[in-house]
Amino acid sequence: MAIFEGRRRGDNPELPPGQHLTESFPVLSAGPTPSIETADWEFFIHTETGQAHRWNWDQFIALPSEDITVDIHCVTSWSKLGTSWKGVSLDTLFAEVETSSDFVMAHSYGGYTTNLALEEVLDGRAWIAYEYDGGELEPEHGGPARLLVPHLYFWKSAKWVRGLVMQDEDNPGFWEQYGYNMHGDPWQEERYS
Amino acid sequence: MTSPAPGWFTGRLTRAHLLTAYARSLTFSVPGWPGHEAGQHVDVRLTAPDGYQAVRSYSIASAGPGEEIELAIDRLPDGEVSPFLVDDLELGDTVELRGPLGGWFVWRPELTQPVQLIAGGSGVVPLVAMTRAHAQAGSRVPMQLLYSLRMPDDAWYREELSRPSATARITWHYTRTVPPGWSRSAGRLTAEDLERETLPPEGKPLIYICGPTGFVETVSHALTTLGHAPDTIRTERFGGT
Repeated sequence: MAIFEGRRRGDNPELPPGQHLTESFPVLSAGPTPSIETADWEFFIHTETGQAHRWNWDQFIALPSEDITVDIHCVTSWSKLGTSWKGVSLDTLFAEVETSSDFVMAHSYGGYTTNLALEEVLDGRAWIAYEYDGGELEPEHGGPARLLVPHLYFWKSAKWVRGLVMQDEDNPGFWEQYGYNMHGDPWQEERYS
Repeated sequence: MTSPAPGWFTGRLTRAHLLTAYARSLTFSVPGWPGHEAGQHVDVRLTAPDGYQAVRSYSIASAGPGEEIELAIDRLPDGEVSPFLVDDLELGDTVELRGPLGGWFVWRPELTQPVQLIAGGSGVVPLVAMTRAHAQAGSRVPMQLLYSLRMPDDAWYREELSRPSATARITWHYTRTVPPGWSRSAGRLTAEDLERETLPPEGKPLIYICGPTGFVETVSHALTTLGHAPDTIRTERFGGT
């Protein structure tokens, strides 16, 4: 019988259960990378009352931004520690938004969706990121701008994000309809439903 | 190994053979396996004697019902799990398996569109499952596979894919070294290659692309430029950028 020894990396307290470190930045997407010019780009938040808040690219990057250094965890079991981003906090984007809905559906250019609880994306826990590692965010990594919700598995950090739609119920997004967890906390190993 | 943890199956290695010098086909008998669709993947978990565990995802090469699944695994030079599975795991040994996973990058026999499969290197595995499902179902939907590899010796499942009875037509493409007498010189797939060797957009084929990130990016972009609608293209990528 073959005995698996594995590669001892010591117990890394920064690594959630079942994850391993990567130095690279793997890409997982369901389809072709959409090509979005910033001139055509728009971000919206739609509330349950039909109210729409919109930002074009110039308005968006004029908003107060933050430098963010976070660990990211993909459900396919790689983690990358200490990634650096620049983006706009969702607290900033939600400042003028009135809603009583508890959930949001993120929508992306190309049709991707993912569901989140509103409280998971407020209080400094989520951003719309437009720079990665000091440079502009490459299209294959979600540029010109992507959602960044680093405390959840990375499929929740929707690439090519174009807007958030408030929803009263936690309806499933794209991967969530294909058996992935509705919540996706890597520390609880909430990979699949 | 005793009974598997909740959500995990125990798979016992029942057959194995080398696909190339660096890749191995492994067939596991998995009691209770619920079956899977062509293109789905599985998590494999290995446990060291001291309890240390490592998990990786692999595409399933086999298709159809039953409690056996075949994986085809490339030995990554710096890998932690793949060298063990390719070089060390012995017949009768067990691993833990979780799945089947993924419901998007799948082909089902009831789909009626023509199908174009495009593989880069070891990305051929889920596409092999689709050609097998196609054959098993006796599907009359046109299916063809464009398989890009570095050199002839890198081919996985060459005999099966080239068999006269194969129901999916295969086209080979070589990026580094071509076989003697090959009509095209070695090189990366170009838009012209894709236009010549894949189903045209007019027939609205469903397209499945699997390979390294750079390959998938290049091919999917070229196909949309040729006129394929983005929502007809399904991709699966691996590797860093």
